[in-house]
Amino acid sequence: MVVEMSLKQSTPKTEASNDVILEVKNLKKYFPITGSLNNTVSQVKAVNDVSFSLIKGETYGLVGESGCGKSTTGRTILRLLEPTEGEVIYDGQNINKLKGNDLRNIRRELQMVFQDPYSSLNPRKRIGTILEETLKIHKIGNKKERTEQVMNILNKVGFQREHYYRFPHEFSGGQRQRIGLARALIINPSIIICDEPVSALDVSIQSQVLNLLEDVQQEFNLTYLFISHDLGVVRHISDRIGVMYLGKLVEESPTDELYSNPLHPYTKALLSAIPVPNPFVKREKIKLIGEIPSPVNPPSGCVFHTRCPFAMDVCKQEEPALKTIVHEHKVACHLY
Amino acid sequence: MRGDTMTELLLEVKNLKVHFETENGTVTAVDDVSFSVKRGETVGVVGESGCGKSVTAESILRLLNEKHTNYEGNILFEEKDILKLSYSELQKVRGNDISMIFQDPMSSLNPVYTVGNQIVEALLLHQNLTKKEAESKAVEMLKLTGIPLPEKRVNEYPHELSGGMRQRVMIAMALSCKPKLLIADEPTTALDVTTQSQILDLINELKDEFNMGTIMITHDLGVVAEVCTKVVVMYLGQVIEEASVESIFSSPLHPYTQGLLKSIPQIEGPRDEKLYVIEGKVPTLTQIPKGCRFAPRCEFATEICRDKMPQLESYENDLKVRCWHFKDIQEKRGGMNGSRNESQTVNS
Ligand SMILES: Nc1ncnc2c1ncn2[C@@H]1O[C@H](COP(=O)(O)OP(=O)(O)OP(=O)(O)O)[C@@H](O)[C@H]1O
Ligand SMILES: Nc1ncnc2c1ncn2[C@@H]1O[C@H](COP(=O)(O)OP(=O)(O)OP(=O)(O)O)[C@@H](O)[C@H]1O
Ligand code: SF4
Ligand code: SF4
Ligand SMILES: [Mg+2]
Ligand SMILES: [Mg+2]
Repeated sequence: MVVEMSLKQSTPKTEASNDVILEVKNLKKYFPITGSLNNTVSQVKAVNDVSFSLIKGETYGLVGESGCGKSTTGRTILRLLEPTEGEVIYDGQNINKLKGNDLRNIRRELQMVFQDPYSSLNPRKRIGTILEETLKIHKIGNKKERTEQVMNILNKVGFQREHYYRFPHEFSGGQRQRIGLARALIINPSIIICDEPVSALDVSIQSQVLNLLEDVQQEFNLTYLFISHDLGVVRHISDRIGVMYLGKLVEESPTDELYSNPLHPYTKALLSAIPVPNPFVKREKIKLIGEIPSPVNPPSGCVFHTRCPFAMDVCKQEEPALKTIVHEHKVACHLY
Repeated sequence: MRGDTMTELLLEVKNLKVHFETENGTVTAVDDVSFSVKRGETVGVVGESGCGKSVTAESILRLLNEKHTNYEGNILFEEKDILKLSYSELQKVRGNDISMIFQDPMSSLNPVYTVGNQIVEALLLHQNLTKKEAESKAVEMLKLTGIPLPEKRVNEYPHELSGGMRQRVMIAMALSCKPKLLIADEPTTALDVTTQSQILDLINELKDEFNMGTIMITHDLGVVAEVCTKVVVMYLGQVIEEASVESIFSSPLHPYTQGLLKSIPQIEGPRDEKLYVIEGKVPTLTQIPKGCRFAPRCEFATEICRDKMPQLESYENDLKVRCWHFKDIQEKRGGMNGSRNESQTVNS
């Protein structure tokens, strides 16, 4: 592979460095829609042929319209949902083919931090107990070692020993989010999928959690798949970003390049719609007209053609392939 | 904008206190909150998680369980005190004059009815429409919020919709009765920015068309900058600053507001290595500091701050701030190097 030198390379992590830790190939997840006789009448094509890779130590941001399949992509990678088709390669193994112990071992390496930290914590159990159970499931250490490990991880995410004995409701939103992170970290994974990890937090707590995510990433050489609607947050934390629309990956690029030079018409509209925290700046927004199509019957050709201001005849017929335009910057659009 | 009606007061919250009876005694979640909303005005309410934004909003509709809740103060809506209304008078105000979009849509939609049914129900209750009219109105409202295939979605149950869609159903319901006052509690947090901007436009249109007043609770300061005319900043149950949106962003007076603005990840300019963090934690409601509530985390705190609680003071045109030292702090900042937003405007 030719390693191109780029002057504006803001991050050392590029696909060219070839340190791919996880490869997602042609992943599909369809949800059946059942009729009154429990027969499948049609399918929600939530993730529809998505491919991308994660580079060791990077943060890969995943953005896109609400309902475009981001969470489903994350859950299917972890096999919290069974994929309909496609491969997810980790460490030379296709996760989608693993069973039993092999699957359990891989799950130690891949963890998820959920959007709503409260609903994922058992309200009747102390935080220490909740965290120790995670270790127990994975058969790590004896009782004493487990307690010690929990104390360590609590400390790492900014708590004191006394927090070990508290219940979930005694923590604030931001604190619970840190518990979610502690739970993911405690079994020493190499990849964490963060699904809207800061969206319920106000900016001052959000900045604490984001800084913490970056600190532990450095310390443990973690790789993140970071799903979020907040494009300011995504810009801050991501090395590269993938943009999804209606189950497809339509653009992928290093962060600075994407924000300065978005190529796909959907990405342009998305970035233009970011509300700027400055009442003195009025930006021109690209308004998307037309209805968001249903993932049950995605449009033919380019899935964006029903709303794209640049749509041409070819767009209705042929699906554009994801191709590299400039260094590391890929787009699926007939304009390029 | 209609200048004359703009000045007309729609809602006035005066010295509101909300006390909850809990297992561990009484806690005061909202402690002396005052602000007002004029017709056609959009007031932003921001502040740390748990500072009392939702409790304040829910008090305006008296939605809190009154067995465990005590109110003090006044909530004047068109000069009538909501806290003194009878149940039947209250029902007239709810949904008719004042609507609310809730933070958590799942808990406020009824799981056993289709979303269409719920919107129709609300319309029939509050407006003079036939069932037929209400049904087509429901579809129209869903369409306005950008839901794909609204004719089909009306027949679906809440659990069949994605988080973002449920949120839009709530919004359709709240707006369908064309309320005089809309209370929107984190209305767009679950939505992507293109859908969000569509919803904000819709709220704006109704504001212009019907002179609707809006209380916009959000932690997205971008949304505040875009749609609000006035901003109320809360901290631990109190209003600590109130000002026009321009003034909040260009020269925030309270140290907490300043910290909040510095914590935002920017979408332009160089990317920061580390985000700014306000050190320390928000105290719990059972350990409220006796002086200024922000003192344990404030870099400017002095003896008096730890000792005596500052009052919300009026300052210059329409500014209000609760801080002993805001003038000194303002001078130190020289009105210059404050928020990054300001320096950005200067540069661009
Ligand atoms: N369990 C399920 N059964 C049926 N359809 C589902 C299920 N989970 C998700 N979907 C559908 O799949 C599509 C993608 O949903 P997903 O939750 O992945 O979107 P998302 O990009 O995470 O959206 P958001 O930003 O709103 O969280 C949506 O149309 C959704 O309605
Ligand atoms: N029914 C209740 N009983 C006791 N305490 C309550 C009750 N409801 C709310 N509180 C407390 O009142 C405070 C204010 O809560 P509120 O929900 O208004 O916060 P908020 O500002 O809306 O926060 P967020 O941004 O997280 O939504 C919190 O400390 C909360 O724990
Ligand atoms: S392929 Fe055509 S319809 Fe699709 S984004 Fe490009 S120009 Fe628009
Ligand atoms: S009163 Fe004192 S402690 Fe409180 S914000 Fe002002 S300077 Fe800080
Ligand atoms: Mg999601
Ligand atoms: Mg709230």
